[in-house]
Parts: sequence; structure tokens; C-alpha cells
Amino acid sequence: MAKITEVPSPFCGVGTDDLVVEVDGTTLTVKENGCAVNTPAFEQAISDLKPRINGEEVELEQAVAKAAELLANSYQPLIGGCASDVNGMRGVLAVADHCGAVVDNINFNAARRNYLTMQDSGWMNTTLAEIKNRCDLLVLVGVDLEAFSPRFFEQYIWCDDAMYLDNAAARQIVYLGKAPSGAASTSPDGAAAKVLACDDADLPELLAVLAALLKKQPLQVEAVAGIALPELQTLAEQLMNAKYGVISWAASALDFSQAELTVQSICNTVKEINDLGVRCSGFPLGGKKGDVTANQVSGWITGYPARVAFNRGYPEYDPFLYDGMAMLSNGEVDVLLWVEAFNSEAAPPSAGIPTIAVGRSGMQFEKEPDVFIPVGTPGIDHAGHAYRLDNVVALRLKKLRDSGLPSTAEVLNAIENLLQVKNAD
Amino acid sequence: MLIKLKGGKVFDPAAGVDGKTQDIYIQDGKIVKAPKQDAGVKIDKEYDLQGKVVMAGAIDMHTHIGGGKGNIARILLPEDHRADPVVRGQITRSGCGHVMPSTYVTGYRYAEMGYTAAFEPAVLPVNARQAHMEMGDTPILDKGGYVMLGSDDYLLRMMTANKDQQAINDYVAWTLQAAKGIGIKVVNAGGINAFKFNQRQLDLDEKNVYYDVSPRQVLQSLATAVNQLGIPHPLHVHGCNLGVPGNVETTLDTIQGIGGLPMHLTHIQFHSYGAEGDFKFSSGAAQIAEAINKNKNITADVGQILFGQTVTASGDSMHQHANHQFANPSKWVCMDIECDAGCGVVPFKYRDQNFVNALQWAIGLEIFLLVDDPWRVFLTTDHPNGAPFTSYPHLIRLLMDKSFRNDMLATIHPEAQKMTTLASIDREYSLQEIAIMTRAGAAKLVGLHDRGGLSSGNWADITVYTEHEDRQRMFEKPDYVFKDGQLVVKDGEVVKVTWGTTHIVKPDYDASVEKDLKKYFDRYLTMKLGNFKISDDEFTEDGRGSLTEHPLKGGAA
Ligand SMILES: [Zn+2]
Repeated sequence: MAKITEVPSPFCGVGTDDLVVEVDGTTLTVKENGCAVNTPAFEQAISDLKPRINGEEVELEQAVAKAAELLANSYQPLIGGCASDVNGMRGVLAVADHCGAVVDNINFNAARRNYLTMQDSGWMNTTLAEIKNRCDLLVLVGVDLEAFSPRFFEQYIWCDDAMYLDNAAARQIVYLGKAPSGAASTSPDGAAAKVLACDDADLPELLAVLAALLKKQPLQVEAVAGIALPELQTLAEQLMNAKYGVISWAASALDFSQAELTVQSICNTVKEINDLGVRCSGFPLGGKKGDVTANQVSGWITGYPARVAFNRGYPEYDPFLYDGMAMLSNGEVDVLLWVEAFNSEAAPPSAGIPTIAVGRSGMQFEKEPDVFIPVGTPGIDHAGHAYRLDNVVALRLKKLRDSGLPSTAEVLNAIENLLQVKNAD
Repeated sequence: MLIKLKGGKVFDPAAGVDGKTQDIYIQDGKIVKAPKQDAGVKIDKEYDLQGKVVMAGAIDMHTHIGGGKGNIARILLPEDHRADPVVRGQITRSGCGHVMPSTYVTGYRYAEMGYTAAFEPAVLPVNARQAHMEMGDTPILDKGGYVMLGSDDYLLRMMTANKDQQAINDYVAWTLQAAKGIGIKVVNAGGINAFKFNQRQLDLDEKNVYYDVSPRQVLQSLATAVNQLGIPHPLHVHGCNLGVPGNVETTLDTIQGIGGLPMHLTHIQFHSYGAEGDFKFSSGAAQIAEAINKNKNITADVGQILFGQTVTASGDSMHQHANHQFANPSKWVCMDIECDAGCGVVPFKYRDQNFVNALQWAIGLEIFLLVDDPWRVFLTTDHPNGAPFTSYPHLIRLLMDKSFRNDMLATIHPEAQKMTTLASIDREYSLQEIAIMTRAGAAKLVGLHDRGGLSSGNWADITVYTEHEDRQRMFEKPDYVFKDGQLVVKDGEVVKVTWGTTHIVKPDYDASVEKDLKKYFDRYLTMKLGNFKISDDEFTEDGRGSLTEHPLKGGAA
């Protein structure tokens, strides 16, 4: 039995790397610093070790050969999920380049709200350590932060020390839209967060009024979405008086039509405050289970985030056209390769087309895929790299146990090698 | 396998060879001495290079090819990629090109221009993994990075606490080893940090509002550390007041203030501006060139701008933010990063009919032509900030061909023409001088002890050109490029994909430096010290990458 310290997690997005994990054979127990997201993700038992073709156990080589054959004979393959580590994503893109696939990350419809904003007008953002040491005002727009990340407040807000704050416990927290589900946002001194609650659908209007107040535009209304104007006026003043205000949102939580415009309002407000001579930064929450990793790696290998088609021999990006789920339901693809090394519950959609699942051991299927290759989980079964939510820090994931499961990259590289041989014929 | 390159005109400034016809032999990836006539050695492969120009593979000593801000620039500009799609080939991967190419395309296009090594100059320690992973996906080229310090809170805290130079040396050496770099870079010393405290500018002697430290002090303590640690590459400095009219005074003051220590001033064109004339913007090139000529401790790369669309990606969040209103297309990104550094990405279109841009173009060329010693000035566009690296052949023609240069000069903004002495400068760079700037000099500056030359013992990174009066045509399409002795490019096209090494240095430090660092990481940062340090296997586990350690200077341990 071994105890491994300083274990980084690829699951929670915030780059927790202080876990203490006990390893007994292939059984893992999170001994310290676990949370509702990380503990079950680490402790999940291995069930499948053997690949299957049509439900029959086979050797890895056979499964890889079958997968390569399906891809080679496909007119338009789709690689969905795309949830793995850096090497896994490199493998996804290598296979896609070879067989002209469409590549689509599982969380891209949420991430798209951010990319549409970034690629249209840009943003001004910050990272976790800056928040931990500088942030004196945190405004959460449309997100229940402790549900997103159970330890966020403990790790980054109510920490004992902040380099530039005399009293970290005096930070101000404001919720706009969704209210907090628990008391994690209440300061150690007992000060509760300010909550300006409204429906998500009202956020665009609320943000427009906030922007007008910051620019000192005259307003006729007395209340917006049930929130009295003086409350918003106070928020505007808080932002203008903060030393280092941070406005945070989670694209996945802004789940309504044209929410990208709300993200853009947030980002423009941040920029506006900086142009008014006050520092302020945005902070998008995301990065769970490989989505930032997928977009980063796709960024440097293709030039675009992870919704890219290779069917013309070069990468093409369209955040709407190459929506994998839409392509599946429209019958635009004829083979599905599903890659999901983190979450065994995220099984491939049953699409009525030949399906290859390269998935975390224990994946439960509604319909058994043509090929299932169980793979190890990055940061548990093999070393690797994963990005955390702020796009800057890539964690060095550790290998914690010897499960014998191959990595996503090993499986995809083997498939690519066979495609290469087929192409050369 | 013994390869003979027969009868080429060799330009090898590292060995003092200037256009002499001679043979070169390659064995096991390296250049070897000519075998003895009577030894009966069999030549396995011979290339007849009669009349061809032979140089070492070119080395770009400052180009943004790996790391977070470059990837932000990529993701920011889908419309630019769409105009330059790169189709998958028999042996090459697909991708995109133009201003910020995808990593694979970066490797291919550099190699296709005869480059065999490139160095990323702005590796944030906390983002070093990403820089190395991107460079790890950049084929053919050797690479390496300069690790950024100077706005990191740890150093500024040390300086405020008056820690001694030895303690700073230990921290610098530790960081360089943890981030796997070959040099130390400072960007707007302390300014990125000051921006987080809402300071919007920071002069050489201005103090950070929180720390009792000025940029001059940061430069002095880091230049001293680099020198005392024996790091061959001088402190790599992106000065204060980037792009600000009148900043020539700051730059001259920076040169004086370093007190004779080795210092490299990067993209110096952006730091050579006067504030005279009707537009309060003028050339400071003559003063800068004079100062470089006089101060032998100073080297510089130019950061030439060339007209057209590009994107500026810099660690200098302070000045990138100040310039955001010039973003074209109108979108930009700034970031504060991890109590470590920051970045700003602003797309930009340099226009020849814009007075300022036109004069920036002329200022860069003036610096190239007025600095006497080609061993101390380097050919860069600060890719992609002044222009994409693919414009190097055009830039070489501007330097080698006075009449072409003057033809171009005649087309720019008329007021800018009046404000530059360019037309009166007769100098034309020779092939040997180009070879110094882009090969021998660059290798020496970076500290590569066995690259950049063609004498025996060097790695066989070799480029062969057909001489052409049009130097742009000559330099954009070499006949052959050899990387570590393997033919990788023929007639300007990749014929073999190899993987270069990552060059590093490993200056010593006292292991006790980690005691305070660990406390600091645990208390203030968001990752563990043990997880911050990059390990060797992160380079080698994919079977492609490797690390190559270079010796320190003057026998420093
Ligand atoms: Zn640069």
C-alpha cells in the first residue's frame, strides 16, 4: 500500500494538486483534500480490462484493427467526446487528419459561447493565483460557484494569506442571477455574499443596465428584473472602487439561446472598466475533464479550437456547422469514434451507425458499440498533461497505479499507424 | 553512412571561411574531417554543389513559436487561417499558415527556408510546459526558450527584502532549470507586475507602487545573475516604454545603466523612437546604432516591421493594453498571469501609407545598416509582432540590395521618407554578413557550442542555395536542407520529417533555495512546487523529443 501526495486532478477544472491518494493494488482512496467532484472520480473501480468487438472480448490488436477498418471505409467519420489528456488529443487530431474526420469536443456548445466572444471582440482575463492574492471583489454572473467547484472558496478566496490584501476575509462577493446553493461564499467573519437574484433570461438586460451605469448614462427605469436600480448602482460603484475586481461566469451555466451575447457583455464591461482607469478582470469557469485541454491542443495543431473538420485535407473551423450531435442526427456522418477517458457515464450517443468507443473502463452503454476499447484515465493509470480552467497552467498528471490499461494516445496512435499502412497500399 | 557535399561555395563565418569552394563531409549526423585520400573510404552519397552557396542551417534567435500567448493569437484569428489553409501531404500534417501558423506548419515552413533552429523568447515559468509541448509538436527544428523573470512577485519580494545577489542567483538558476530554458528574458522589467497594481506606465527609474523596486534595479540584478551563473546567453531584454515616442532616451539610458554587463536588447526597433517633427514621432536609429557600436557588451535583434496583416503577442500586458485601440481587426486579449507575468495579444496591420508604420519600417532598416558589427545585430521580425517569419527572404533582399530598398522606400508615406536617412545609406549586406547574423553569430549568442558552423565537430545542419541576383528568391527556396545530417528539404519542400532537440543550460544553485520557495508556493500560489518543476521525461516520453545541455561560460560550475 502506498500513499501518494500532491496528486493533481484533471477532473475539477481548477487544477487541485494537493490530493493525497492511497493506492492498494488498483484500488484508490482519496485520503486528504477530496471533494464531491474529485473523490468519486479517483475512487471509481476498474471493471473492464479487455476490449470488445460486438460485445465479445478480443485482444487489443484485433479491436484496433477493427476500428481502423471502420474508419478507413468511412466517407465521413466523426470523432466525438475528445475528452482526454494532451497526448490523447494529439492522437485524436492525428487520426482525424488521416481519415478526414470531423473533431468535436463534448463541451463545445458551452465553450462556443466564450469562443464566439473571444473571436469577435476579445477579452481581458486573469488566472487563479491572481484571484487568490489580489481579488478584493468577486462578481459571479449566472453561476453557483460552489456547485461548480466545491473547494473554490476554501482554496482561492477564504485562504489564510493573500499577498496584497490586508484581510482576505474582507473580500466582497456578489452573485448576479443564480443564488448560491450553500454557504461556502460566506466569509470566515460570517459576512454573507450579496445576492442580486434574477432569472438567467434577465441577465442580458441586467448587464446592459450595469454597463450604462458604469458609463454614467441616464436611465429612466427604477428596477430591472426585480432588482432595484440603486442595488445595481452600488455594484457599479463597487467595481469602480475595487483594486482588483473579477467578474466570473461559466459558459456551461449560461444555458439559454444566444448566451454568447451575455458573455460578450461581461467581457466588454471588464474592458470598459479598465479603459475607465480601474483594474478589473474576467474569469471564465470551465476546464473540467479535458475540455480546455482539447481546445488548447487543437489550437496549436490546427489553429482552431476543438470543433474542426478535416474532410477537405486541411482543418476547417465552424462553431455551428461541425456540431457533432447535429451532424449525427442529420445523418451527415457514417462512423462515430467516441473518445472519453475521464467519465465512464459519458457514453457515446446511440446513433445507428458503426461506433467505436475509446472510453474509460466501466463505461455503460445504452447500445453496445461495434468496438469498445477501455483505456486508462490520465492522472490515474498513466502520466500525462491536462489544462486547468485558466488556460495557462498545464498540470503534470501522475501515474498512480499499474492497471495494464493502455492510454488514449497509445490506442489512437495504433489506429493511426494502421490507417497509414492502408493509405500507402 | 558518409555523405559528401562537393564543391560548394562555403560561407562559414564561425571558421572564417568566406565564399571559398570546399567539400563538406557528414557522418552520423555530424560534420567530419575529409577522409584521408588513401584510406579507401567509401562515400555513400555525394551531392554535386558546384556553384551553389553553402551555409550552416539558419537559427532564429527570437521568434514566438511556443507558449500561451501564441496559442491565444491562433485561436483569436480564424479568418487569417482560412486564407492560408495547408493541406496534408504524403509525409506532412495539415494545418494553417500566415501570421501565426499551426505548430507543424511552423516547423515545415522554417525548414523550407533553410532554418534548422528557433528560440521562443518569452517562456513564462508557469506556462513553460505549454511552450515546450507546442515546440514538441514543431517538427524538424531544434528549439529552446528564454525564461521570463522580472515581473514575478517572488523576485520583486526578494529585491524589496534586500536579499543578496547570491540568493537571487540561486532563484534564477532554479527557475531556469525548473522551466527547462537556455536563457533569461525580462519584459518591461517590473512593468507587467505594475500593471496589475493599475500602473499604466513605468519608466526606468520609476518604482512599483507596491514594491520598492525600479526597472533599472531589476535589470541590474538579473544581468548580474546571468553573468555570475555563467549562462552563455546574455540577459535578454525587452525594454521599458515599448512603442512610446521618445523611448530612444530610455533605451540609451538602459544601455548605460547596465554598467558593461552583457545584455541583449530585443526588437530594438520598437525602442528607437524620437518624438520630433510634425507628428512628434521620429527615428532614433542613428543614436541607438552609435550606442551599440560603442558598447561591445550590447547585442540587439531588430524586430523589423513589414507591411501587411500580423498579430502582436507580447508579455508586455501594460503596453499591449495601452495600444488596444489600434487592434485590427478590432479584437484583443490581455491577461494577468499567476503572480508570474502577463500577456497581451493585439492583431495589427502595418500600412505603408501610415506615417508611423512607414517610419517604423525605415527605422528598423536604419538600425540594421548603421550597426557596424554583424556579430552583434540579429535578423528578426520578432515573429509575429513585426511580421510573420516567412517574410525573412524579403527582409534579406532589403538588406542586400540597395536599389530594391530605395524602390520600396519611394512607395511609403511621403512624410516618413523625409524623416529617414535610409536613402543616403549605401551599405549592402554581403552573404558572409547574412551568414553571421543568421548562423554563426546567432549560435554564439544563444550559447550553442556545436551548431551554426560547418567545421568538423558541428552537427550537420546545412543549407544549400542556388545563387540568384534576387536574394528573396534565393533565400526563400533552398536546394537542400540537412538537419543532423539528414536531408529534410529538397527544392524548397519537406522530403523528410525529423524531430529536433531542445537546447538547455543547467546553472547550479544551492538546493536550500527550495525551502523558501516551497513555503511561498504553499502559501500564495495555486500549484505545488513539486508539480511546477518540469521533468526530463516530459520531453522524451513520446519518443520524439530530447534535451541537449550546453556548457556554461568561463568554467562556472
Ligand atoms: Zn518578441
